[in-house]
Amino acid sequence: MANNINKPSLNDDRYAPLLSPWRAKAKVSLVFFIILFFLWYSSRTTGVDFGDLIMGFTNMGQIIDKLFPINMDVLAPAFDRLIETIHMAIIASTFSTIIVVPVSLLAANNITHNWFVYNTTRLIMNILRTIPDVVLAVIFVGIFGTGPIGGIVALFIFSLGILAKLISETVEAIDMQPIEAMRASGANTIQSISYGVMPQVAPQFTSFALYVFEINIRASVVIGLVGAGGIGQLLMSQFSFNNYGAVMTIILVIFIVVVIIEYISTKIREAII
Amino acid sequence: MIEFNDVSLVYPNGHQGLKDVNVTIEDGEFVVIVGLSGAGKSTFIRSINRLVTPTAGELKVGGDNILNYKSKGLRDLRTKVGMIFQSYNLVKRNSVFRNVLAGRLGHTGTVRSVFNFFSKEDKALAYESLKRVNIDEKIYSRADQLSGGQQQRVSIARVLTQKPDYILADEPVASLDPPTSHQVMKYLRRINKEDNITTIVNLHFIDMAMEYADRIIGMRSGEVVFDGPVSEVSEATFEEIYGRSIREDDLRGGAEDGEQHQ
Amino acid sequence: MAFEQPPKKQIPTQKKVKRLSIALALLALYIWTFISIDIEWKEAFNRFASNYNVVVPQLFSPNWARAGEVIEKMIETVFIAYVGSLAAAILAVPLGFLSAINMTNSRVLSTVGKWILSAVRAFPEIILAIMFVVVVGPNPFAGILAIAIGSTGMLGKLYAEILESIDMNVVEAMQANGANKIQIMFHGIIPQVIPEFLSYAIYRFEIDVRASTILGYVGAGGIGTMIFFAYSNRNWSDMGMILLVIIVVVTLIDYGSSYIRKRIV
Repeated sequence: MANNINKPSLNDDRYAPLLSPWRAKAKVSLVFFIILFFLWYSSRTTGVDFGDLIMGFTNMGQIIDKLFPINMDVLAPAFDRLIETIHMAIIASTFSTIIVVPVSLLAANNITHNWFVYNTTRLIMNILRTIPDVVLAVIFVGIFGTGPIGGIVALFIFSLGILAKLISETVEAIDMQPIEAMRASGANTIQSISYGVMPQVAPQFTSFALYVFEINIRASVVIGLVGAGGIGQLLMSQFSFNNYGAVMTIILVIFIVVVIIEYISTKIREAII
Repeated sequence: MIEFNDVSLVYPNGHQGLKDVNVTIEDGEFVVIVGLSGAGKSTFIRSINRLVTPTAGELKVGGDNILNYKSKGLRDLRTKVGMIFQSYNLVKRNSVFRNVLAGRLGHTGTVRSVFNFFSKEDKALAYESLKRVNIDEKIYSRADQLSGGQQQRVSIARVLTQKPDYILADEPVASLDPPTSHQVMKYLRRINKEDNITTIVNLHFIDMAMEYADRIIGMRSGEVVFDGPVSEVSEATFEEIYGRSIREDDLRGGAEDGEQHQ
Repeated sequence: MAFEQPPKKQIPTQKKVKRLSIALALLALYIWTFISIDIEWKEAFNRFASNYNVVVPQLFSPNWARAGEVIEKMIETVFIAYVGSLAAAILAVPLGFLSAINMTNSRVLSTVGKWILSAVRAFPEIILAIMFVVVVGPNPFAGILAIAIGSTGMLGKLYAEILESIDMNVVEAMQANGANKIQIMFHGIIPQVIPEFLSYAIYRFEIDVRASTILGYVGAGGIGTMIFFAYSNRNWSDMGMILLVIIVVVTLIDYGSSYIRKRIV
């Protein structure tokens, strides 16, 4: 494609090579070809081709056959476990929103001028965010045994990574002028932060805390699958007994709760910002 | 007293901010620094509270060389030196009162201030400062609901609450219209006279410098090129400081309108 | 010299009541949470004391002997995510058009579209994976279906938002020129949205790679299967290897994808 630039053509072609139809078409075709190649390769690796996929979607009706009628007997224990899930999410979200305050300040380059501290904090948080929630759960259930405490610790670490990124980015975007004024009047670092930084990030902070609570509700379902308590644990046990009617009941309960909590949390967040 | 003895400042990028500056400012003076942008006015002012640190020479504030100060000494210095900024530098989401109380931070313990425990005297002082700049009725408004002139008055109140010995004002009227500019300058002038606070103001408007200053210091490319009482200053002096003839935009104008807004 | 105290701040009663009730509700929520959660602190502490040395040091000394197998499974995981997000990127287009009010000009259709999308989003991927494992059996196919459906919910919503923000003047001008619907679609709308559609699809692929790593836990293919076995056998050095591979691959994909997205938009 490189020699296309030197190809004699209309005068302005050379100055706007990206607009040249020939190049654009070649580029689009190349991208398309790459996408198809990966698709072909993926199909070979996973043993699934795109035809199967279309068949799969048309066979959705089978879900109804296998998962219904739902089993209402499981409703009462599902409700108990659900409450435990919500409690786990509340505790984990609370602790992570507290701990994230110092962490996100250390990971904001307008507050932390020490290059080493800033980059180390960021690196640790970036690594935390790559670890899937289930893996965290497996590790902490391994350490604390089955039950909610391993789940809470896993959720805490999981949401700390997400929050640290969101809030340190918010802190980096604040207006630094009032902080300059406070430093100029003899305020120390902690005072400048609590008078200059905190008021500026408070609305986003509350909004992100609610957002993380939403995420934790979903994640605590997943985390329960490995025995870390909550409704996920019940779901996994019914699933491993092939008790599909009960599985579907639990799924519906989770669905309804997630919808309700997302609705409330969205309304509150809209009211704050 | 503020004494600059052979003070120079070279920024890390090699730019010379100040060059062999020798200036003495007596207590209670109202000094206006003039010069084009980039002439070193801001560097001069910010050296006095060490927002920037000169690289050579000796700078005495109240008899003590401040260039050796480390964190604690620096904070003590800054509690004595109030500063007013071009863009007011208020926390926009906070109330006027909270912004003014922030002037007391340097005098308040960390724990007390984090939990918002200010003494009754501090609160009364903050309210009194607001009254002195006639903005006490906005005490519980959010700072971003005020006009530019009102915000600058709040920032003056913040400095007053700090009870400083010196006030530095870095282009305090550059973002304001002519009538409000005069209003702000009048407040600064009045505070200077009533409280005997040494005041140093950066301006690039010739007419305002002439109207409010006791003494004018002219700067060009980091050097002091003029220093004398306002009575010695003429248009030719400014042409020398600026290195070019005077233009329309070197004047703020509108002195008469300012009276109506008082 | 004593100055006058500032006047007290006037807060409307309604606001006071509102603040007080929010505070009380929060307090009640926390009391309820800490009273009713069933944590045996002592036992948890004992287990921590005895398990810590079994788990943590092993986790940090990964079993390199299984690196090959783990990497192979991780590649399968990435491909599950790839096929799933590609399918979602395509499926989300009609749903995005259906939900964008300026495309259908029908409040009913757009609301129906948005409801479908948010209903789909409410299912965590792992739940979808369980459902598809029940329907199509425990294999990567179930995982791909779960990723495809789950991602459609988010991509459809984002696509609809992009469509609702496009410059409709171009479309009107083309209508005035007598272009038909298909022509408007391909020459007026698609060119405006394609970079952002692509960018979001790639972003979703990033998320899907993370999501796919756990699907195998319920039998839906990929590295999750290995997590399941390593956990069942309490083989923490295998787990360390799995974790290492996931961290490296996910980081690489994040970097690659944000590089590509910067070039597109």
